[in-house]
Amino acid sequence: MTATPVLIRFAPWIFTVGLFVIWEAVCRLFAIPPFFLPPPSLVFGAMVQFWRPLVDNSLVTLVTTLIGFLLAVGFGLLLGLAIGASRTVYAGVYPLMIGFNAIPKVAVVPILVLWFGIGAVPAVLTAFLISFFPIVVNVATGLATIEPELEDVLKALGASKLDIMRKVGIPRALPYFFGSLKIAITLAFVGSVISESVASNRGIGNLMLQAQALFQVPLVFAGLIALAVEGIVMYAAMAWLEKRTTGWAQRSGFGT
Amino acid sequence: MSAGQGAAADPFVRLEGVSHVYGGAAALKAGTGTLAVDGLDITIGRGEFAAVVGPSGCGKSTLMKLATGLQFPVGGTVSVAGEPVTKPVKIAGMAFQAPNLLPWRTTLDNLMLPLEVVEPHRRRLRWNKAEYVDRAERLLASVGLAGFGDKFPWQLSGGMQMRAALCRALIHEPQLLMLDEPFGALDAFTREELWCVIRDLHQRTGITVVLVTHDLREAVFLADRIFVMSARPGRILVERTVGIARPRDLEITYTAGFQEIVHELRGHIVEARR
Repeated sequence: MTATPVLIRFAPWIFTVGLFVIWEAVCRLFAIPPFFLPPPSLVFGAMVQFWRPLVDNSLVTLVTTLIGFLLAVGFGLLLGLAIGASRTVYAGVYPLMIGFNAIPKVAVVPILVLWFGIGAVPAVLTAFLISFFPIVVNVATGLATIEPELEDVLKALGASKLDIMRKVGIPRALPYFFGSLKIAITLAFVGSVISESVASNRGIGNLMLQAQALFQVPLVFAGLIALAVEGIVMYAAMAWLEKRTTGWAQRSGFGT
Repeated sequence: MSAGQGAAADPFVRLEGVSHVYGGAAALKAGTGTLAVDGLDITIGRGEFAAVVGPSGCGKSTLMKLATGLQFPVGGTVSVAGEPVTKPVKIAGMAFQAPNLLPWRTTLDNLMLPLEVVEPHRRRLRWNKAEYVDRAERLLASVGLAGFGDKFPWQLSGGMQMRAALCRALIHEPQLLMLDEPFGALDAFTREELWCVIRDLHQRTGITVVLVTHDLREAVFLADRIFVMSARPGRILVERTVGIARPRDLEITYTAGFQEIVHELRGHIVEARR
């Protein structure tokens, strides 16, 4: 097992290309009909042919997702701080949160449509609803796990609850928070696409639904790939942000 | 410093007939809480080095919390520096077995943490930063950590982290230092090194020290007086004055007189566990 650093660096590309090669080979080898599973060559062909609607709708989905995600960040941060700081709020809100999280968000979309009509609003809200839970839980966990001895040290000095939150709790919760953003952003895409495919005239979810109705299966897959790319880019952005802001929590990558 | 005769002359920490139940008087009435300490009497003189030993779970840490105003007794009185304890005792510094340094702060910034909280330093810190940084650096140097101020805690060894935690407990120049098994997690050699750090610090500043420990050699080497606590509910079984002259060298831990005291204390603890 001797992996060179170069090999490790190129491994993601090698494996991705490898997956497409196997996919293509399987399709040709077993003569799978393209309307059942199109080979990647056809999918990329569709991407070139329909690049304009793909890009347009990807941007719509991206914006929808990001708005929902930012709402989740703001709301999740506030609720997480409240839950982590107060035992009463924790005890009261936690069961509600778990119950709420157990509801499949696709079941909420019709209600949102009822309230806000077809379009971007239900998609934004679905993205928000699905992605705020991990943020809340992580922020609350970060706050709730302050070492009691450290709390004693500060309390004995006359520190208020707010002092302890500011000096210890919040900095301590930050790695949890930024870690949760990676999970939340991918979930936000799930939410917005679900809503788009049920109740919207725009976005990748809607594009895929239309392509499917027209039996343009390669375009359906092209939509999936566009979503995957967006997901990876946003995940990478969040991972970068995490590393930038809370490098102290990841010692191995820190210049010792 | 004066050894052993401080208690009567100038009492600094005083617990009289103290009993305590976690959860307060309501828990006592309802019978839900167990007594952590009961009928605890202890008086520690100004500048004295006191050690508290006892079987595990005897309420040693409760004693710490009562003396620093983190908990208030359901019975009896606690006073520090002549004042009854009704709120956290800001003239105390504390250190525990885990150094608990904040990983996102450098060692120096970790030392500054108490100053950002406790008055009057809190108000003064902003405009007198240089003065305080200077104080922190002198303190670091005094425990052998000169030049380590800009290192992060995880770049320090366990013993060095403990030294830094001690500095953090001392930065606001407290009159009382409370140590709760501070060297429990260290290896034997590092522990002895730190004994000497504490010994010199007490010698130099004349600060009152209360050391909670289960290491009898540690207690005998460092303390003027040793209190043996009973099993829960804790109270003082035996009070033993250590007559060994100061300054003490590590070598004395191998003398017969030293061993004798350790042995005697061990007998009391065995008794207390029964």
